[in-house]
Amino acid sequence: MPLDAIFFWLFALITLGGAVMTVLSRNAVHSAVWLISSLLGTAGLFLLQKAEFLFAVQIILYIGGIMLLFLFVIMLVNLNQQAKERQFSGQWWIALVVCAVVAVQFGFFVKKGMPELPARAEEIAHTEGNIERLADVLFTQYLVPFEAVSLLLLAAIVGSVLMAKVKRS
Amino acid sequence: MSFTEIGTGHYVALSMALLLIGTLGVLVRRNIVVILMSIELILNAVNINLIAFSEHLQDLNGQVFAIFIITVAVAEAAVGLGLLIALFRNKETVNADEVNLLKW
Repeated sequence: MPLDAIFFWLFALITLGGAVMTVLSRNAVHSAVWLISSLLGTAGLFLLQKAEFLFAVQIILYIGGIMLLFLFVIMLVNLNQQAKERQFSGQWWIALVVCAVVAVQFGFFVKKGMPELPARAEEIAHTEGNIERLADVLFTQYLVPFEAVSLLLLAAIVGSVLMAKVKRS
Repeated sequence: MSFTEIGTGHYVALSMALLLIGTLGVLVRRNIVVILMSIELILNAVNINLIAFSEHLQDLNGQVFAIFIITVAVAEAAVGLGLLIALFRNKETVNADEVNLLKW
């Protein structure tokens, strides 16, 4: 068995197992920790696909940034009461049926479409690394979307502060 | 699809499974914090798909899109958690089905 196959199955197991446990855990902190393991598995998959920059971004931004935010909020809102209550909504079986139907559809179309996928492109030997080439594309071709995204982030910062602020009348 | 030869199809199938697990989490759970985490799972599934095709076609546009998706995920999590704090301050609950202020 080649090494990349072993690593693929390992990371796939971490990702999917973490995802399932995130959805099923009763305690929200446990959910967050399982989600971290799932995100780590995803980061490993990025590395397998030679996306080194996104591997670093995934760990620094997702695990270091977003999950920290989640854990902070979990500590701010009191979830002890919630952990003792019913965890799943009343329509869980409808959701399960819908997801099963969508899974069958997805499986059908992936099985049908995969043979018609264009052939794998020739691997080009680059002299620069992944980060350098990504920066070239991001700061030339995608400069306007890049600036637009910075505006989006600004709006999100202002919005979240405004939402979480205590209003004194 | 074979067990030892890993192709793009494996990554697509994995991202499909992750997307479905995330969707199930959004639909099934009552806790809003876990619903937001499930949305992160869905966005991650999309990222895996984009990067698999970026490698398949040797085209960097997929990775640029993944960066944008991560940015949007950050913005979404920040605003969602801010809303959650405001909600908890007013209603003392984090259960999605107990928030019925807009229901008649």
